[in-house]
Amino acid sequence: MELYPITPNHYLALSAVLFTIGIAGVLTRKNVFMTLMSLELMLNAVNLSFITFAKVNSDLTGHVFVLFVVSIAAAEACVGLAIVIALFRLKETVNLDMFKSLKN
Amino acid sequence: MLEAMVFYILAAASVIFGLLLITRVNPISSAMTLIGVFGALAGLYAMLNASFVSIIQILVYAGGIMVLVIFVIMLLNLHKDDLQPMRAQPFWVILALVALFGTILGPILFCVLPNKDWTWGSLTPDFGTLMMVGEKIFSDFLFPFEILSLILLTAVIGALVMAKRKL
Repeated sequence: MELYPITPNHYLALSAVLFTIGIAGVLTRKNVFMTLMSLELMLNAVNLSFITFAKVNSDLTGHVFVLFVVSIAAAEACVGLAIVIALFRLKETVNLDMFKSLKN
Repeated sequence: MLEAMVFYILAAASVIFGLLLITRVNPISSAMTLIGVFGALAGLYAMLNASFVSIIQILVYAGGIMVLVIFVIMLLNLHKDDLQPMRAQPFWVILALVALFGTILGPILFCVLPNKDWTWGSLTPDFGTLMMVGEKIFSDFLFPFEILSLILLTAVIGALVMAKRKL
């Protein structure tokens, strides 16, 4: 992969790197907000792939799909933050390791 | 040449902001770096002829979702002992990250991508504008679009039910 000119592979590699950073954030962090924000980062990495392939195939379906993903992400953030508020009211913490009432 | 320079600046910005996002202890600074990632990605979308998606990225993500996240972080008013960086011992974290990069990122970067030579398709000048995307949504994707409004309504009602103290 040469540095110049910019091919679709460059964008796809960037997308893979961002997705991996997102997974690393979800797996390693204790704070529930960090997990939610890393999820958003992963969604954005996938969106970058969609837009890249839309340009490769000269097809606008990828753009439509990205708009749908953005709306679903808005809904997900809304519900997720409501769950965080409810959990915080119950447990007084946002530490993910404390939310284990279903374990026993 | 200019395109390559802009691409590398935006790509470096998004990766650096992403790494800052998963390493900051304070969630507010993470949220700020995530806004930086969204801005850099909006620039990349604009370079990929996706002008409408680029605007939506800024408006909905940076302007809507992140404001909601920051609002909730400030609402909960976390104290110091809630802010811990890592879930496990550093050794296990590093081991998990190495395994992750070896199983996901490595194969994609070194096996899949070098063997594919995708090239850019031929585009009409109005590719990715609001008009073209709108025509696509309201012809081929009309039913999913209507379902999407239902999903958003359900999410709003669900969030209200869960976050309200007493119904």
